[in-house]
Amino acid sequence: MLEIGLSHYLTVGAIMFTLGVFGIFLNRKNVIIILMSVELILLSVNINLVAFSTHLHDLVGQVFALLVLAIAAAEAAIGLAIIVVYFRNRGTIAVEDINLMKG
Amino acid sequence: MIIQAFAFYLFAAALVAAGVMVISARNPVHSVLFLILAFFNAAGLFVLMGAEFIAMILVIVYVGAVAVLFLFVVMMLNINYTELRQGFLQYLPIGGLIGLVLLAELVLIVGSWVVAPEASVKLASPAPPLDRITNTHAIGNVLYTDYIYLFQAAGVVLLIAMIGAIVLTHRGRDGVRRQRISQQVNRTREESVELIKVEPGSGI
Repeated sequence: MLEIGLSHYLTVGAIMFTLGVFGIFLNRKNVIIILMSVELILLSVNINLVAFSTHLHDLVGQVFALLVLAIAAAEAAIGLAIIVVYFRNRGTIAVEDINLMKG
Repeated sequence: MIIQAFAFYLFAAALVAAGVMVISARNPVHSVLFLILAFFNAAGLFVLMGAEFIAMILVIVYVGAVAVLFLFVVMMLNINYTELRQGFLQYLPIGGLIGLVLLAELVLIVGSWVVAPEASVKLASPAPPLDRITNTHAIGNVLYTDYIYLFQAAGVVLLIAMIGAIVLTHRGRDGVRRQRISQQVNRTREESVELIKVEPGSGI
């Protein structure tokens, strides 16, 4: 228990990933919380990458974590911009109201 | 060793608790603040692992940029959030079921998984010992040489994201006087200057 190894960090990453997926199901109507859950999932991916990187003494995992970070930032910026535009046009961001393309 | 274990359990418990609060808080502003707490605790875990550069970048990028962006949007949009929370309990059973299944699978994977014995000799770029070169320096040595194309691609992705966000949210408003350089350049003398012969003793 007191010897902190790779599996401890992987467990934390697994719990955070599950929380992210759970959050997407729980907040089906609020797209902002869904985006935050996606950020949690990406954070858990980063925890996994860095845990393996430091455990195996291989730097590529940390380089990869940096790239994941950049993609997460881009995704948040674009997602929030889409939310702002949608709210400006429709006056709501409830997920079940986004059905214009349903036909 | 005791201190390391204590720090790990402190950061991990705070991280998981903050994650729970992110997805279950009533007020989205509280969600964003708990998201910031989660990022700080994840940065603490990264420092504990020995990846201090990623930890600092996590604080700078996630807390300084992404979380503040979320905070801006949550506060800027005038939304009735209690309406959005209806049906919260309706999705709880199915979400909980899927979450439990996923967690059980992940725990099984983590529990039954071992590092291949030849993995330690097949490293793509082995980390140099820490007493010779710091973590940041080592990452820079790898990132700017072997992975320079990926680095540039990440920069291009961020540039496109920036342009896309500006194009999406920009709106040209009517009634705003702005400089139109082409009109200025294309002005001719005939349409802008008029010479009037004024008779002495009378107005125009």
